[in-house]
Amino acid sequence: MMNLRRDVFQAIADPTRRTILLLVASQAMTAGAIAANFDTARPTVSKHLQILTECELLQQQQNGREIYYHLNALKMKEVADFLEPFRQLWDDRFNKLEAIMKNYKPEK
Amino acid sequence: MEQKTKIHAEDGKQDLTITREFDLPLELLFKAYEDPNIVEQWMGTKVLKLENKKHGSYQFETTDPKGNKHGFNGVIHEFVSNKKITRTFEMENPPASAYRFPVQLEFLEFEKRSDHTSQLTMHIVYRSVADRDQMLRLPFAQGINMAHNRIQNIVGNIK
Repeated sequence: MMNLRRDVFQAIADPTRRTILLLVASQAMTAGAIAANFDTARPTVSKHLQILTECELLQQQQNGREIYYHLNALKMKEVADFLEPFRQLWDDRFNKLEAIMKNYKPEK
Repeated sequence: MEQKTKIHAEDGKQDLTITREFDLPLELLFKAYEDPNIVEQWMGTKVLKLENKKHGSYQFETTDPKGNKHGFNGVIHEFVSNKKITRTFEMENPPASAYRFPVQLEFLEFEKRSDHTSQLTMHIVYRSVADRDQMLRLPFAQGINMAHNRIQNIVGNIK
């Protein structure tokens, strides 16, 4: 369960994936329609879609010959405690502090 | 992998605790909080004032990518080298549309773990449960805003 949670937060930590979630939030879209919103190569977008689907933030729906992606609102709610981005903010700051002080030379 | 920075925040409480173990001797960890030049580097902020003493105060200023300046300040209640800092923290200029954050109280404790490692415990007390939860949501909201801006740029290019 803890692992699953972490995966969800890793998924939303990426700006492209957050944009995909916002796009799909307003309407279900095909992979092609989603990819058309990005400058990145189609396989890169496919990879992002795969990650979002694997952690159940997106769901696939067959509609005729097309597969539509739509948002899994239930899963999105799980992310709603918002704690992880706050933790990451402090983790980034402290990592920086640590890196700076490891190279610190005291003035004599 | 074990996470180095941990947040302990219980539901319905108006405080939280941040703990972090550093691969640094205690003295170097404390120096990173004491020396304004070093604070500037890791906090990514300008240090306008930093008086490390009881009844002293501090003033920081950051500039966001749009060039807007954001001020932070506080008063130092306790300053014990290599041991603890007790201070207030307040945002001076929250965006007009955003929630206004009241001042918060911070207890920082610095401990030696070994000759080469140390730990920081930061206990933050907010004015209310709602204020704490709003502060926790800020980084997530900023992430979503960045995504929004990207969408706006894309839409703007299509026009």
